[in-house]
Amino acid sequence: MLYLKPKSEAPQAPEGQAVSQPPDWPERLAELAEQARHPALQAYYRAGCVAADTPLEAAPLLAMDFETTGMDPAKDDIVSIGLLPMSLRRIRCAEASHWLIRPRGRLHEDSVVIHRITHSALHRAPDLLEILEPLLEQMQGRIGVVHHRGMERAFLDAALRQRIGEGISFPLIDTMELEARLHRNKPLGLWQRLRGQRPVSIRLGQSRARYHLPFYRPHHALTDALACAELLQAQVAHRFSANTPLHELWC
Amino acid sequence: MHAEQLEIIDFLRRTSPFTELPDEALAEVAGQVEVAYYKAGSPILSFAEEIHHWYLIRSGAVEVFRRNGELYNRLSEGGFFGEFGLLRNNRVRFPVTALEDTLVYLIAEPLFNRLFEAHERFADLVEVEDQTRLRHAVERQKDANPLLNAPAETLIGRPPLCLTADASARTAAQRMSEEGASSLLIRGPGADDRAGLVGILTDRDLRDRLLAPGLPYDTPVSQIMSTDLHWVRHSEFVFEAMLLMLRHNLHHLPVLKRDQVLGVIALSDIIRHESQNSLFVVRSIYQAQSLEELVALRQDVRASFSRMVNEDANSRMIGGAMAMIGRSFKQRLLELGEEKLGEPPVPYCFLALGSMAREEQLIVTDQDNAMILDNRYDASLHEGYFRDLAEFVCDGLAACGYSYCSGKIMASNPQWRQPLRVWEENFSQWIEQPTAEFLLHSSIFFDLEGVWGNLHWADMLNQLIRRKARQNRRFLAAMARNALHRTPPLGFFKGFVMETDGQHSHSINMKRRGTAPLADLLRVHGLSVGSQARNSFERLRDVIDANILPPGRGPDLRDALELISMVRIRHQALDLEAGREPDNRVEPDNLSDFERKNLKDAFQILSNAQKFLRYRYA
Repeated sequence: MLYLKPKSEAPQAPEGQAVSQPPDWPERLAELAEQARHPALQAYYRAGCVAADTPLEAAPLLAMDFETTGMDPAKDDIVSIGLLPMSLRRIRCAEASHWLIRPRGRLHEDSVVIHRITHSALHRAPDLLEILEPLLEQMQGRIGVVHHRGMERAFLDAALRQRIGEGISFPLIDTMELEARLHRNKPLGLWQRLRGQRPVSIRLGQSRARYHLPFYRPHHALTDALACAELLQAQVAHRFSANTPLHELWC
Repeated sequence: MHAEQLEIIDFLRRTSPFTELPDEALAEVAGQVEVAYYKAGSPILSFAEEIHHWYLIRSGAVEVFRRNGELYNRLSEGGFFGEFGLLRNNRVRFPVTALEDTLVYLIAEPLFNRLFEAHERFADLVEVEDQTRLRHAVERQKDANPLLNAPAETLIGRPPLCLTADASARTAAQRMSEEGASSLLIRGPGADDRAGLVGILTDRDLRDRLLAPGLPYDTPVSQIMSTDLHWVRHSEFVFEAMLLMLRHNLHHLPVLKRDQVLGVIALSDIIRHESQNSLFVVRSIYQAQSLEELVALRQDVRASFSRMVNEDANSRMIGGAMAMIGRSFKQRLLELGEEKLGEPPVPYCFLALGSMAREEQLIVTDQDNAMILDNRYDASLHEGYFRDLAEFVCDGLAACGYSYCSGKIMASNPQWRQPLRVWEENFSQWIEQPTAEFLLHSSIFFDLEGVWGNLHWADMLNQLIRRKARQNRRFLAAMARNALHRTPPLGFFKGFVMETDGQHSHSINMKRRGTAPLADLLRVHGLSVGSQARNSFERLRDVIDANILPPGRGPDLRDALELISMVRIRHQALDLEAGREPDNRVEPDNLSDFERKNLKDAFQILSNAQKFLRYRYA
């Protein structure tokens, strides 16, 4: 997970309400299944997902995190993927997946510094295409859980376009957006700014600290997926409930 | 499957009992855990619910309850729970609720069982019975230095050398020269108890009682031997022999096993055995010629304390040696005081009270003392002398590091400087009509020992207490209630926040909340069974022999007392090492996970023992 500032388009809606109208994902996945040509992609879409009014506690979830060579999905590529199946109650490390992937294009020094994955480690790693089937299988039927949706969806979409000529879309819950709903719904007033108040950080680490979650060293895809999974459990425990319907959170 | 959960592995690696596992096992655990988050206040486990995981707290804190809703325990980061249920029919026995926002790692039953079976040390630490875990800890401590806790018989170098009482001094001297021995045991004509021993003859006796007075060499040894016989049982510890020798100024001590003499140990044996210790400090105290010289020994006292801790002495040895040193200071100060003020106008006895009398003194201690005066004491004539003497001693003790008693229980306070008959009246009245005010002092006054002067009076008071207390149920009930005032800090293990007495709120007073309530409790039991002992361990031994405790509780209490005392002692030693002024307040950072867990068990035992005390006497 690369820590980005929330984009200017960052959602600014009252707490408890979704930003803009999210798609009805079962319907959307059915449509995409019709359009998809690659068999793995077809299989993924056909598996569909649970209905929008499913209570959170019944939703199969998948915490996800990608490490990448940079910030721009058009130029940069994925170097590792961490996936962690979970539910509202439990995060299941035993079913986790972690892959190193050989990126197409150059590995920038500055990103190596961040995620500590080096050329030699990636030299023997497979191309994304080689792991596409197991990756999409893990994702099947599940709702992704990420911190900052700008990354995972955009990078996987771009990477697939580059390789198989068609992109991908999938349902996500964005823990950063859930924090933004709480802390970014109104800008700080002049008085607050004069007094030196800063907006609350909605980065992963700082968000976790607000829920008394322990510090984890960032930038390992699986650790970040775990960090994000725990954050969602904490957010729901404090601000939503097990019965909250999925459509209030997903996007 | 990748075991890539480095954050989890790192946490396990620094958390007991996982520290006992090899890396492969840690990786397996990290790769298999499930993770769950509980908001503060939400239930984690409910009574009788089915359980198939073992719970490890990654962050936050939980409360564990008994079935009746009573708080059983608090656990924080690194704490674990659920093993009771897992190891017994998969039902939750102790419900658990999140006290703070809590993240837990769950380990599935099959993996837990495999770890438990394959890794003995790990299993030891997880052990279902808290008491068992504590026992192991104390035993390991004992193993650490077998010699210091060795029975006295291990010092015996050869079979005893004996002569009959009618042998001549010359024969005795020849025998001693041949054998290169500095002592002989003297047997009486007929078989007696103590293996027929009637005396002991030493080099010093030959010098002082034969040569110096110029007696003929054929004088029978019976006329020059020492008849004031002291001895140790073979199973008593070396340090007990050492204390006995110091106390009675003996250089030789026979060791008996039932009616057999096994041999004699000489002071030099002990010195060789335990080369650097409090003996030398005691000698320096007796050699000091002024208050200034005594004050200068303060550093030596501290050094000898640190040394004993480093050499893994047990709490009883350290408490005994420190009491011995304290007693020596008092004795030397009284000698110096009498030199300065002249002979006392009437006889008196100087008393040590509290921890010194119990031989449980440590490095941080205040002085509790008093004076018994002869019944002929006449305040108008004698008050000035005893006031000056008491003030000289109490001020001197304060200068030597024994701070003034905040409750003013000191001989310098005229209230505690009384003729024997007043003391006898006081004690009788206190026992027959235990008032709240007196009970405040009871824990101090009921442990008393004469250190100087007419020691017989101290024995008389002790006998009076033993005789009267045992018969008086109302008094015992009052003592028992009093002993329940100070409770063990069971909330201690959650961030040490329970000691909320202001400035030291992040520490726990190990004396006030640990050793003192234990000593109080054992005093009540001890008095009720008529024990003559003052030392808590010895009282406990008598209480166990009297069979009044539920089965198993006695040894548990002994372990709890030892562990709490040692944590307190080590804490003070650490303070000394770091150049801080030692105190009784233990901060969490100075405890290992292991100590914390064991300490918690020990406090639990104390808490149970207090409940039993209430039940038995209230």
